[in-house]
Parts: sequence; C-alpha cells; structure tokens
Amino acid sequence: MPSRMLPEPTPETRHFWEGALKGELLLQRNRDTQEAYFPPRPFCPKTGSRDIEVFKASGRAVLWSYVINHRPRPDMGTEPYAIAVVKLEEGPTMMTNIVGCPQTPEALQLDMPLEVVFEKMSDTIALPFFKPAGA
Amino acid sequence: MKPGSVAVVGAAETTKMGVIPDLSVIGLHADAALNAMADAGLKPSDIDGVATAGVSPTELAWYLGIKPNYADGTSVGGCSFMLHVRHAAAAIAAGHAKTILVTHGESGKSRVGAGRFGASPSSLAGQFEMPYGPVGPPSMFTVPVLRYLKTRGYTQEDLAHVAVVQREWAAKNPRATFKDPITVDDVMNSRMIAYPFRILMCCLVTDGGGALILTSADRAKDFPQKPVYVLGTGESVETPLVSQMYDSNSSTAFRISGKAAFEEAGIRHADVDHLMIYDAFAHLPLYGLEDLGFVKPGEAAAFIREGNTRAGGKLPLNTNGGGLSYMHSGMYGMYALQESVRQMRGIAPAQVPGAKISVCQGVGGMFGAAGTVIFGNEAP
Repeated sequence: MPSRMLPEPTPETRHFWEGALKGELLLQRNRDTQEAYFPPRPFCPKTGSRDIEVFKASGRAVLWSYVINHRPRPDMGTEPYAIAVVKLEEGPTMMTNIVGCPQTPEALQLDMPLEVVFEKMSDTIALPFFKPAGA
Repeated sequence: MKPGSVAVVGAAETTKMGVIPDLSVIGLHADAALNAMADAGLKPSDIDGVATAGVSPTELAWYLGIKPNYADGTSVGGCSFMLHVRHAAAAIAAGHAKTILVTHGESGKSRVGAGRFGASPSSLAGQFEMPYGPVGPPSMFTVPVLRYLKTRGYTQEDLAHVAVVQREWAAKNPRATFKDPITVDDVMNSRMIAYPFRILMCCLVTDGGGALILTSADRAKDFPQKPVYVLGTGESVETPLVSQMYDSNSSTAFRISGKAAFEEAGIRHADVDHLMIYDAFAHLPLYGLEDLGFVKPGEAAAFIREGNTRAGGKLPLNTNGGGLSYMHSGMYGMYALQESVRQMRGIAPAQVPGAKISVCQGVGGMFGAAGTVIFGNEAP
C-alpha cells in the first residue's frame, strides 16, 4: 500500500499540526468576539481582525455529514471508509475519518456524539480522527 | 450591462461527443471554436476577445491565430463559462472588445493532453481534506448531502427521481450518451460509489467541448443565427473546501449569483420557461431549485417527483439530459449554456414550445463557485 497522503504544514498552520502531534486539537478564536474558526489563519474570517488567539478545543463534536467511499484510494486500504464532516462543540466543522466503529450507515448516525483521537502517521504528522464518545 | 444589450451569435459543441480519442484538450477547444465561428459566419481574425478555462487564454488565442485585445482566464471550475459570459457582456458594454469567443474542451474520458488532478499537500485542501481519503468529486461533492437530506426531510429515492426524469429528457436528445429509460429501482439498485450515492446518481465521464461567440445586440441582428440575448448574469465563489461550506443545506454562492442575475434581468420566477442547473450529481438540481428561489427549502424533491420538471411540466429542467445522462467532460457548464442557447433559438432536440426565457445555473468545484446566465430570445 502506498504511504498515506499527509499534510505539509505552512507557517500559518504549523501550530495546528504541532498541537496534533501532542494530542491537542487547537483552534483559533477572535479575542474580541470569542468566536472560534477553522481551518487556521492568522486573522478572524468574520471581521478581518488580527487580534486572535490559539486555544485547545474540547475535542467533543457531533457527526454532521458523511459519505462511505466504496472506491478506496490506494493509500487508504481496500475496504470502504467514511469521509466525514464533524461539527465541533466550539462551532466550526472539519473533515475527518470516524474510527472505532463499523463504516456502515447503521453505525454512523448523524448527530451522534464523537470525541477526537490522534493517530501518529509520521514523525511530524498526527491526524485528528473522531470516535464515538465514550467508546 | 443593460439587459439584452449583448447577445450570443455563435454557439456549437464539438463535432463528436462522448469518446474522442483522436483529439487532445486544446484540439477539442479548437474544434468547438471553429464550429461556433462557422455558426456565426466568422473567421479567427474577426474575433477580438477570448475567454477560456482548462487551458490558458494565451494557448487558445495563439492556437487559433487570434490576436485579441481582451483575454479572460477565469478558472473556478465547471461554471467558469458562465462567468466568462458575464465578463464578456461587461467588456462588450465597456467597449473593450466587440466579438468575444468563449471555449471549453476537455478530454475527461480519454485524457489526451490532459493535466492531472490533485491538490498540493501544503494547500488548504491538501492539509485539511485530502488526508481523509476523498477520491475526486464522487466522494467530495457528495459529503454534505446526508445532512441536507435529514434537514429537508428528503430521501435517497428523491435523489433517484432526479436521475430518472433527466434520463427521460436524454432520450429525446440524439447526442446524449445514455438514452435508455431507467426507474427509481434501477437507480437504487445500481452500484454504490459513495454512500448514499449510487452510480446512476453520478455524472458521466466523457470527452467533448463547446464554444460561444458574443457581440453587442446592435451588431447581433446582422449575423446568420437568431440572436440569443443576455438578460442578466451573476457570479460568486464560496470555498475550496466542501467541509467548510457556510451552510451544508444551501449553496451561498448559488444564492448570491442567482439573485444578481434575476435582479439584473428584471424578471420574476414565473417568467422562466426553461431551466438548466448543472448536475454533476443528483443533489445539485434540488439545491439549485431552492437556492435560486424556484421553490421553498424542503419543496424541491416533491417538485421534481410530481413531474414539474418533465416534458410538458411547468418548469422543464436539464432538457439535454444533463451531466447525469447527456455528457460530462469535467467542466460541464458549457453544455448547459449550449442547451439554453438551443432552446432560445428554438432548435433544441427536446424543444420547449414557445420558450422565451432560459435560466442557466452553473456550479464550480464542490460547491466552490457559481455562475448564472439568464437568456432571452426577444430583444427587451
């Protein structure tokens, strides 16, 4: 199997991937409005303000939407897998995979509670995945 | 632009459609361009503006021997050509060019002279979507849909209905790739691609191209074909990441683009005789009907199921069979525009009797962009 397609951090996103390597889901928020956003950028996309801060998210989310891909990408193995969007407790959505449960419509119910887990994929990259809460 | 001040005077698709292994990407652009010039009675030296996506306007102009004083390389995916029409209308109105050629060509199936797909691993998509395993549009464009179905109370069978009705239209089009009738059961039993999407809910992958020529309405009367007037246009862009749509249940770009076009044209929804909504996948016409304001959110599935978009219905939709059955080379927007122009000329294989106004809605990327063109066949 070819090696997994992995991100290459940029200066604006490096903190996120360094956090992931330490097992922390880091978001950013506008210091004034306290509104969180994702993916990372050094300003608030609602207001344009550069007065922002990085903070550790709770890691709690709900399953927002997904597909189960029946034509696996070669680096993803041979079995169908869910490509999901989760809605984080802090508001933003993010794409991820759901781990620790069957990749079936029956097991993957919209709005089910999830929590983040990190899986180390290389020396520099850990990917945030989500698993059913409490599982 | 004053509504109706610019018109399409040349329109054509590639000579062949479907599988065209004997032409490269730039060759498909040129074949369509030469066909559109023949349609308009023009030579390359008569063209003073070029617009295209997929290849650069530089490559297009040089390949055809055109020395333009207007070039537009807007490339926002499959609706780029709607944006090219909009920009061309503005440029003609501003006096920047008199006769503008818009082309599309894509070797989607045969991949002759075609580039590769894929995002750089340092791009936003490369960092925040690609690591999770999407394989092109079938496993990306479809990601918001389970949420949309739940919010609206729609079912997977509602997606299947979209494909069934469009196949009915395709059967009336000799150049359509798939013409055999299908049922909802056929769609629901077809091969799973990316749950809940089955193969008959996904667009074709074919080769082809198309081209348009636009000029001012006062010149348009001197051309051989019946002029098709541009009444209103709109455009917007939203996000390169489908996971970051502002609302999974609605295309913000569709709403902005559609509203601008209707306002510019000064028409109401009841005035529209014919509608094209770029259907890369079966959910697009549902979003489009809602986001363009033809129905309220939650009413689109029943609107299609009850036959309103069929032949003889009150709003014929995707009358060439759409990306699901007619053809889809990758950037389908050009074929939607071609069908709107045929309907306005009154020469479409599945002609809507007496149609006077056609709305043509494009999407780019995975809900990444939108373009709207409203055509009419009577000078306002």
